[in-house]
Amino acid sequence: MKLFGALMGLTGVMFLASLFVGYAAIPIPEGLAALMGRGNPLFVTVMQEIRLPRVLLAAMVGASLGLAGAAMQGFLRNPLAEPGLIGVSGSAALGAVIALQTGLAAAFLLALPIAALTFAALSVGLILLLAGPRGSSLTLILAGIAVSAFAAALTSLTLNLSPNPYAASEIMFWMMGSVANRAMSHVWLALPIMALGWAALAGLGRGLDALTLGEDAAEALGISLSRLRLQLLLGTAAAVGAATAVAGAVGFVGLVVPHILRRFAHGRPSTLLWASALGGAAMVLAADLVTRLVLPDRDLKLGVVMALIGAPLFLHLIYKTRREFA
Amino acid sequence: MTLLTVQNLTVKRGECPVVDGASFTIGPGECVGLIGPNGAGKTSLLRGALGLLPFEGTSTLAALPPRKRAAQAAWLPQTREIAWPMSVERIVALGRLPYLARGARLSPTDQSAVDAALTRMGLQNYRTRLATALSGGEQARVLIARTLAQDTPLLMADEPIAGLDPAAQIATLQVFEALAKEGRAVLTSLHDLSLAGRYCTRLILMGAGRIIADGPPDQILTAARLEEVFHLQANIVPTAHGPLVQPLGVIQ
Repeated sequence: MKLFGALMGLTGVMFLASLFVGYAAIPIPEGLAALMGRGNPLFVTVMQEIRLPRVLLAAMVGASLGLAGAAMQGFLRNPLAEPGLIGVSGSAALGAVIALQTGLAAAFLLALPIAALTFAALSVGLILLLAGPRGSSLTLILAGIAVSAFAAALTSLTLNLSPNPYAASEIMFWMMGSVANRAMSHVWLALPIMALGWAALAGLGRGLDALTLGEDAAEALGISLSRLRLQLLLGTAAAVGAATAVAGAVGFVGLVVPHILRRFAHGRPSTLLWASALGGAAMVLAADLVTRLVLPDRDLKLGVVMALIGAPLFLHLIYKTRREFA
Repeated sequence: MTLLTVQNLTVKRGECPVVDGASFTIGPGECVGLIGPNGAGKTSLLRGALGLLPFEGTSTLAALPPRKRAAQAAWLPQTREIAWPMSVERIVALGRLPYLARGARLSPTDQSAVDAALTRMGLQNYRTRLATALSGGEQARVLIARTLAQDTPLLMADEPIAGLDPAAQIATLQVFEALAKEGRAVLTSLHDLSLAGRYCTRLILMGAGRIIADGPPDQILTAARLEEVFHLQANIVPTAHGPLVQPLGVIQ
């Protein structure tokens, strides 16, 4: 409960800070009024149409990646697992890249995220086909690696064949991940799909707790492993696919956040699920804040900042683990 | 009343049957030892009977829906796995999962089952220790306590005393003996024939996938059987605590 309070507080602070820090200096009381649609019309536009969608998306993307990361680590009983492992994010990125390359993305606002979501759904179908309905976690990982590699190859091919350097650089910048310049329609597209994913992943707690004792013991405790696996796969695909569709590739969240919070969750996978959702939201909000505070006029990308924060954190964790086992 | 009835159970690995037409029943009050050489099919028999492996034939446990089965029989697998750094008490409390509603906290009944299991395995002072930081033998005791916390009429264990020190081996088998005296039943595979003879009320001897003999320890542990099934030349001394098996040599 203390952990819940602390994480809620942290996420709340980050959320508010993200709402009120930006290019246009808007005092807090006027900003609040503008959020409700009152006061200076310019402020209303900035708050409602620029900052709110950005902040909401950062929180949603962070929660999705954190939750999916905790679920994936719990299922594979491996602290190195991350949601990108099953190839959904790679495939969603491929869909987006194709939309950018063919010019479909310019046709209408949601063309890119919809293309990304379609490819994410296709990749899950492919993984299910490859890994079979009852396969082990090993076949799942192998199928994920195969799909990721294929998606990465096709993404490179698309870049390779892009007609001009501008298209290529647009694609490159999109792939770095960002929640800037998004509209509320992005939120409305992603939210229902993410919510379905969150519901599926949040329901895994009991099964993941039992899996602490291994697959055999978990099954003897009344857990259906094939159902658990399907639920994990569909939940991750919905949450991470939607996150990639609206924000591009944002790495490290799903890997680092569960890692940091595991100790505070007393190692329990079910506690770690919601803790990582909150922690992921706080971390992506913080990273997005950094993109606006450091070099605000150079359009730093969220994925870049996230990797810059995430990699040293991860190194620190490895160093600590090394000392524990030495 | 029986707790487990297995009839003509066959488990195949590919084409080759690793358990071949096994039939037995287990009733309350029994502590049944499953003995046999490596590869005789002991683990496959136990897992098949639980429905954790595809099998032919019938098993009353495998026929139950998963949650009901978990309330009927606890299972201690041979591989001891504790994936995350959780406290001993939390690991043991996992045994209460089949009784908990989604997201519910431990009820006083659950807590007392956990406390009883910890006490039985002599782990009262380990409650808050991280299970992953314990030695292999201590972890084994924690995992046995987890199955005890499940509080089921039947306990099935696969080599529960492998890797334990002699005192812990005896203490564990005494817990199994006590469970049987309370009217529950235990089915456990083990390799220490003297301990099996001393603490089990009945032994099932397996060889090459078949049940070769099933009965009271002093009738199962004979020099002729050990020679035939284990390829072991042994001296069997009848004592007040059951037959004492002293292995002497290997028959080529």
